[in-house]
Amino acid sequence: MKPYSLLVALTGGLLAACAATPPVANSPAPSSTVAVAAITPPTSPAYASTYRPMPSTNTLLRGATVLTGTGERLENADVLLVDGKVAALGQGLAAPAGAAVVDAKGLWVTPGIIDAHSHLGVYPSPGMRSLSDGNEATSPNTAQVWAEHSVWPQDPGFGAALAGGVTSMMILPGSANLFGGRTITLKNVAGRSVQDMKFPGAPYGLKMACGENPKRVYGEGRKMLPSTRMGNMAGFRNAFIEARKYRDDMAKYERDRATKPEAQPPTRNLQNETLAGVLNGEIIVQNHCYRADEMVQMLDLAKEFGFRIGTFHHAVEAYKVADVLAANGTCSAMWADWWGFKMESLDGIRENIAMVDAAGACAVVHSDSAVGIQHLNQEASKAMAAGRGMGLTITPEHAITWLTRNPARAIGIADRTGTLEPGKMADVTVWNGNPFSVYALAQKVYIDGALVYDRHDPAKQPITDFALGMTPAGGAR
Amino acid sequence: MNARSLALVALLGTGLLSPLAAAETIALRGATVHTVGPNGTLQNATVIMQDGVIAAVGKDVRIPAGARVVDVTGQFITPGLIDAYGRLGVTEVDGEAATVDESARGLPYSAAFSVAEAIEPRSLRIQVNRAEGITAGLVAPEASMDSSGLGTIIAGQASFLRLKPGMAIDVRTPVGFVFTYGEAGADLSGGARSAVLLRLRALLDDARDYAAHREAFNNGARREYTGTRQDLEALQPLLAGKAPLLAEVHRASDILILLKLAREQQLKLVIIGGAEAWEVAPQLAAAKVPVVLDVFENLPSSFEMLGATFDNATRLNAAGVEIAFAYAEHYNPRNARQLAGNAVAHGLPFDAALAAITRNPARIYGVGNTLGTLEVGKTADLVVWDGDPLETSTLTTQVYVGGEPVPTTSRQTLLRDRYRTPRGTLPPAYVHPTAK
Repeated sequence: MKPYSLLVALTGGLLAACAATPPVANSPAPSSTVAVAAITPPTSPAYASTYRPMPSTNTLLRGATVLTGTGERLENADVLLVDGKVAALGQGLAAPAGAAVVDAKGLWVTPGIIDAHSHLGVYPSPGMRSLSDGNEATSPNTAQVWAEHSVWPQDPGFGAALAGGVTSMMILPGSANLFGGRTITLKNVAGRSVQDMKFPGAPYGLKMACGENPKRVYGEGRKMLPSTRMGNMAGFRNAFIEARKYRDDMAKYERDRATKPEAQPPTRNLQNETLAGVLNGEIIVQNHCYRADEMVQMLDLAKEFGFRIGTFHHAVEAYKVADVLAANGTCSAMWADWWGFKMESLDGIRENIAMVDAAGACAVVHSDSAVGIQHLNQEASKAMAAGRGMGLTITPEHAITWLTRNPARAIGIADRTGTLEPGKMADVTVWNGNPFSVYALAQKVYIDGALVYDRHDPAKQPITDFALGMTPAGGAR
Repeated sequence: MNARSLALVALLGTGLLSPLAAAETIALRGATVHTVGPNGTLQNATVIMQDGVIAAVGKDVRIPAGARVVDVTGQFITPGLIDAYGRLGVTEVDGEAATVDESARGLPYSAAFSVAEAIEPRSLRIQVNRAEGITAGLVAPEASMDSSGLGTIIAGQASFLRLKPGMAIDVRTPVGFVFTYGEAGADLSGGARSAVLLRLRALLDDARDYAAHREAFNNGARREYTGTRQDLEALQPLLAGKAPLLAEVHRASDILILLKLAREQQLKLVIIGGAEAWEVAPQLAAAKVPVVLDVFENLPSSFEMLGATFDNATRLNAAGVEIAFAYAEHYNPRNARQLAGNAVAHGLPFDAALAAITRNPARIYGVGNTLGTLEVGKTADLVVWDGDPLETSTLTTQVYVGGEPVPTTSRQTLLRDRYRTPRGTLPPAYVHPTAK
């Protein structure tokens, strides 16, 4: 009997349920309800989030220009943060007793920026070979790997992103593989472990990649499938055929075991577990895909196997099929102006984001870069300008949705953050001016109501262990 | 003029040299003009372009009879922006080797290698970036492995390219010699920085010896040299101080070593990269060595960049070091102005930031007497903007090279127009540029 089955027997199938419902690590630890005290008593599911908001005081931001992330803009408005949540927006709000009052006249307040595509921690600074943990480029299908098991919390890039107003991000494995592995969504807080950073309740994503990368790495590099785009598609389809069987076998076992004590679960398979999570709608497909025609192929793949593609990442040709993307409810996470570094990016245009948005599709500005994540607001600004150049009117209150609400939607956390609405997490960035100006800088950043960054207070700027005594930010040298 | 001028003018089908068309006289009236010269910024000013040069710039200039007057009231004019370190014209799609001419593998040559004659003036990258305000650029070769199995000590000669439309190529070469030092350089020379310097000193010694004994060399009466005859010949402008060593280097201590080397060898030096340059700013200022940097390089991306900070440009400028900005991604030098804007956000004066993408790179590469500022007699390469030229929210409205308007359309705008809505009933493939 394999260890897995042993555990299943002992825990009354809890882990089997997890196989179908991957341990989305944040549900409050069900320690009191799990009858496993006889063995090493787990207090929470393995790999659970241990994120706790930093200490906070209630805060009233007074007199700011507020972009709510819901498409609204409020002038001379107050934002009240209570117990880590957005409590109220409006004019002349009263500060509760003991609240910190911030004079935000002349400042702009937005939801914290969310990057739907980052490799911080898995490709950290410094870019040493020994820290390069972002691409398990050893097989076209590595759906079994989880990015969170690679994240180095001491990456100085996290703090730099925080100074750029970024409060949450999704970390993806690289794009060498057809299936790169599970993504992980983080709160941008300084943690000792990745578990300390894991966004409570965020669903997992599955990184998939079409196009040049898989066929180059495996076909050209190793003389194996895929060496062509049709090879890519065959690789996807074969994997989902297997995953479907795994899911069905698991479901059958779940049905049978009540009545048939001898029923055995299928041997646990991490790869198929993740793919089955996609088929069950619990894991969101995050699909690296540049070309319009390939996005249409991938939508057909999703149709064949009955899953949804949450977001096309990079999507430099999304503007060519923006109507199709809108009809499918698939987001596009895009750069403002990257193009021409490889054939599948040759048709990138600066108007991509604005055109996707204008078609009514979900437009997201992403970084895919430890540099770009520090100024996503500027990238959105360039996209707005390009839109203006073709006659589209894009207001700041609308464009902020590309950086907050839409990425939250793309990674599955929009019910908790991404907008300034009462009850939402108090993830807030305060800017020294219009954030769509190149001169704007984030002044204060709040995560769950806690002031985690203050540009004018060095005590409120996290310094990673790596930077300590090593870089100017780290103090010595 | 610091550099030999190599004017390559392609032949047209008729067999005639590309005619220098008698450009019309154009008066741009009513703009805020950032001259980046002694006259500073002029409000509500006029710029006259005649015969390819700036004939007048100021508030009260007489508009010549017959001039075409373009009202640009409320707009902003700057000198054409310069890509301070890039690959325009020699790289089209990085991932496709057939479109990349920036280096050659496995040859015996190094310093003799020049990218000048590989430049494709109709490159998409030139078209796209010129439409957004880039009117010239430094075209640098890249180090690669030579026939000895080591890296090229000198990657080759850098060229300065003006982005004229059409087939005529206006290029000067050499305007510098690319030298890769630091971690990358060490890797190309067996893994140690000292090996790089050893090889460089040997090469320079031999180039000097060769110049003094050409005849003996040709008679086979000289010692065996490092580098081919072509390399030793090519290095003479470097040794004569007519073109600088463009040293790709980040670490402060490495920069100090190169300052010492430049003194010892009597070379002109330009620091390319220089993430830690601010830590040795006084020494750079004293040696009058400029730094071409990327403002966005603020992370400790390697052990030679632990000192990287957003304040690099601000501190260098305050110490009196001449700075220029080069955007890391060679397909997008149009974003150099975003670098300048970010430097301003981190304390650099606006005028210094604009100079870092116009006047300073022109001076660094020896073309400051004709390019980089809006002054009477200078070449009329300029850009009209609909807002603050350093703002990400600003667009170009007009671009002039040599006093002639260049297209602000590109393949990218054609793609945009083909897919914009509402679309007709025919597939996008039937939307042609001429049908617009």
